[in-house]
Amino acid sequence: MSSIAVRRRSGRGKGAGLGLVAWLLGIVFFLPIAWMALTSFHSESDAATNPPSFGAALTLDGYREFFGTGGGASPWPALINSTVASGVSTLFVLLLALPAAYALSIRPVKKWTDVLFFFLSTKMLPVVAGLLPIYLFAKNAGMLDNIWLLVILYTSMNLPIAVWMMQSFLAEVPVAIIEAARVDGARLPTILARVVAPIALPGIAATALICFIFSWNELLFARVLTGVVAETAPVFLTGFITSQGLFLAKVCAASLVISLPVLAAGFAAQDKLVQGLSLGAVK
Amino acid sequence: MTATTTAPVAAAPVHTVKQPSARLRAWATRAPLLPALIFMIVVTQLPFVATLVISFFDWNSLYPDARRFTGIDNYQQVLTDADLRQSVWTTILLTVAVVVVSLVLGLVLALLLDRRFKGRGVVRTLLIAPFLVVPVAAALLWKHVLYNPEYGLLNGLLHYVGGPQPDWISNTPLLAVEASLVWQWTPFMMLILLAGLQSRDQQQMEAARVDGASDWQIFRYLTLPHLRRYLELGALLGSIYIVQNFDAVFTITSGGLGTANLPYTVYQSFYQAHENGLASAAGVLVVIGSIIIATFALRVVSSLFREEVGRA
Repeated sequence: MSSIAVRRRSGRGKGAGLGLVAWLLGIVFFLPIAWMALTSFHSESDAATNPPSFGAALTLDGYREFFGTGGGASPWPALINSTVASGVSTLFVLLLALPAAYALSIRPVKKWTDVLFFFLSTKMLPVVAGLLPIYLFAKNAGMLDNIWLLVILYTSMNLPIAVWMMQSFLAEVPVAIIEAARVDGARLPTILARVVAPIALPGIAATALICFIFSWNELLFARVLTGVVAETAPVFLTGFITSQGLFLAKVCAASLVISLPVLAAGFAAQDKLVQGLSLGAVK
Repeated sequence: MTATTTAPVAAAPVHTVKQPSARLRAWATRAPLLPALIFMIVVTQLPFVATLVISFFDWNSLYPDARRFTGIDNYQQVLTDADLRQSVWTTILLTVAVVVVSLVLGLVLALLLDRRFKGRGVVRTLLIAPFLVVPVAAALLWKHVLYNPEYGLLNGLLHYVGGPQPDWISNTPLLAVEASLVWQWTPFMMLILLAGLQSRDQQQMEAARVDGASDWQIFRYLTLPHLRRYLELGALLGSIYIVQNFDAVFTITSGGLGTANLPYTVYQSFYQAHENGLASAAGVLVVIGSIIIATFALRVVSSLFREEVGRA
């Protein structure tokens, strides 16, 4: 008995030590982001120093520069384009994926697993494999530099993930309840609204969030297919690729502002994020 | 769980409704699926077929009139071109290095976070953050804020210990890209493995501990076998995304210094060199590589999936 007590005590000591290691690693991983945040509040001359200036005066100049009051190009059109492309494509994804997921889980069609795997297989087709024909089509159709082309492509990019996630969320709705409602005379719209929706809604919200994040982050399509008018936030950021130290605070401010929606959404839905990213395979 | 409450209702006589024909019913079941299915085929499969066709043509978009069928010439050129072979090699190196290192680091972090300690939730949030920074922003952060030889944070910290002040991106370009990707992908691996750890059978673990198994024995004989599927899933999903990486290569090195991977090369050969046929052939080769990975990926995912369906 005493040996167990000793072991437990030593286990606790080790646990605290390992907790400390975890804290240390957490801080190491977060350090670049913390440093980016601090730099974004420094003046440009304080930002680009070696050794780094930890205690320099804080200023909002980097943000003022970024939002264009310092004479640079305004990021607002790019931010609005990203919001429209991500928001509308997420809406389209939900409109297409919800019925499909319904047909794959609640009243499954024959060979529904095959259909599910077809959706997944499209996700494994690299983007570059279709980029050129899409570019040529857009050029001929006069749709280059058009945000609606991105909306269509982002919808196709996220639809497979959404179908998979929602299939797994809708499968959690017990069939017995649906049958019972049907026997009681409820029609399909009522069943969907009263029975399916309340159970599946958190999952649907998480799916929407992930689709929004992926669209918001996307660079390759946006870089190739847009230009001045339909430029998205990541494309706007590529303008900083060759910028020199003079703009360091501005680069940091820009990176943080553009990452903010994703950071906020991701923190809010950490668990659902894993499930979604692993296509519903991990619960 | 609700089966008990619904059982009496289910036993009640079913209303006799006029039954539509079997064919109509089959279509009614299929109908909700069709919009998504047709949309996916049109937007993803048709362009790929077009890429396949273009890959057999000698076609520079600056000289559209000179377009002609060349058979497999483009493929021969892609496979014999030293730069392209280099980019195939780079893609493999980049993918394998990033996946393996982030998986190992992710495992260490997941094991640490699986224990109870003060502020575990905070540490978890700190660790997830790198995965949530927009990829271009993360690449910019590494390029300018961390790697810069004059004012970057890495050399700034080295200054305090009197270390050397290397130019990271010029000296070790591929490693620089890989490090930034490892930083972004480790949290993803950690999250998947953490989910795996938390789905372990606690009673079995407790029993092993009572039987006197050491921590290492429990890890080696219980945890690791249980995690195998999750490790595979993380590796395969990570590979699918990292094989296609464009943002980090484009931002940190612009494909220079031997860091051009296949997606970047395809982008460059049609966007800058306007070689449509060559770009398409390279694109088709990327697809063939992906299919090889995907075949394994689908097998792993489907085994996880079967397990889940079986449980239900």
